[in-house]
Amino acid sequence: MNISLDPWIWISALLTVSIFSFLYRDNPFYRFAEHIFVGVANGWAVTFYWHNILVPSLFDPLFRRGQLLLIIPFIIGILYLTRFIPRVSWLVRIPIGITMGYYVGASIPADVQAYIIKQTQGTILTSQNFQAWNAGNMGVVWSIILFVGVICTLSYFYFSKEHKGVLGITSRIGIIFVMIGFGAAFGYTVMARISLLIGRLQFLLGDWLGVIH
Amino acid sequence: MKKGLPLILVFICGILGIIQYFAPHPVVQDTDNFFRNNLLKILAAFALVLGLGSLLKVHMDKIKRKRENWQYSWVLIIVFIITSIIGLFGGVTGEGPLPTRIGSFSFDNQTIYDNVIVPLGSTMFALLAFFMASAAYRAFRARSTEATLLLASAFIVMLGVLPLGDRISPHLPSFAQWIMDVPNVAGQRGILIGVAFGILATALKIILGIERSWLGGGGE
Repeated sequence: MNISLDPWIWISALLTVSIFSFLYRDNPFYRFAEHIFVGVANGWAVTFYWHNILVPSLFDPLFRRGQLLLIIPFIIGILYLTRFIPRVSWLVRIPIGITMGYYVGASIPADVQAYIIKQTQGTILTSQNFQAWNAGNMGVVWSIILFVGVICTLSYFYFSKEHKGVLGITSRIGIIFVMIGFGAAFGYTVMARISLLIGRLQFLLGDWLGVIH
Repeated sequence: MKKGLPLILVFICGILGIIQYFAPHPVVQDTDNFFRNNLLKILAAFALVLGLGSLLKVHMDKIKRKRENWQYSWVLIIVFIITSIIGLFGGVTGEGPLPTRIGSFSFDNQTIYDNVIVPLGSTMFALLAFFMASAAYRAFRARSTEATLLLASAFIVMLGVLPLGDRISPHLPSFAQWIMDVPNVAGQRGILIGVAFGILATALKIILGIERSWLGGGGE
């Protein structure tokens, strides 16, 4: 056993143990660590935005280099703070509208390209897609299963017609693919969390207590 | 005015967001560049100020009214102020005017990030492993074919990524990978394409002013 003498290791370890204490039940140690996390994370965010955005992109160019065009984002940004003044709080809709409008507009071509065109390209039965699996002749079979799976899954989410007849069959196959997908995603997520847990235990038993190497 | 102006701005900015992909004209590209690299970045920083203002207001209110667990709000506010002062005046790695080192003990912003935010963040997510396992134990019952499929695929994928899976059968890891690559992708892709159509419809509704819930309450 070789316990660490680094104060930061002790701080990290005690905060980690405090968070894990929630597994027993809600307690003051957990609440203390939780509030520290929120406070520090927000304090760090202030620093990040100040040093990486406000100073280099706004204050330096506007007040030191005289780029007067930046007065526009400065004034629009200030409008966010009108949220705290009830009489003019409606002005907060202006920066929200600009931000949301631009991102919503930009998301249309980007999402169509990434989520519809590219996904369809990867699904249709082409010799290129057959070879993409690196599975020899089985690549054709995997591609056909994938193609059928996508069509059937889409048919399951088609609610404009009652799920009877052909649509009933395809939607039934579709839900099978959806459930396998949910199960796989769940399993993968759990294992990712377990991996984080192993990391924390390695820190506690290795870096802090020095029990393992 | 109170709702009309924001709706006009959403429309204009939404159209700019779309046409910058298709119009290489310098006016369009320069405007888009200004939006991306200046306006929206700066607005995001001010939005953070709004969020922090709301956070502090909620906790100050909690302290003032002595609501349940109000003492912890002091912890949050004090830690927030200390971290902000260290970061703003001490710089990210201690290059600012405020000293961020006592002897060999350094407490600059990067050190705080590495030793408080990173471990606490990963511990919070690691904690979810227990809750997910507990929820799965209670919820995963093989009551129907669909539930059995979900259970089986989750079990195979979990075993497949463990060294134990290889011990049970050397084919198990590759079968788990096949589940991830073929049926999982088929299901997820079907959902993704559907979601994309949903995003498309909602985006158009927002740009055209049909969807107005983001305006919140208040006068016309």
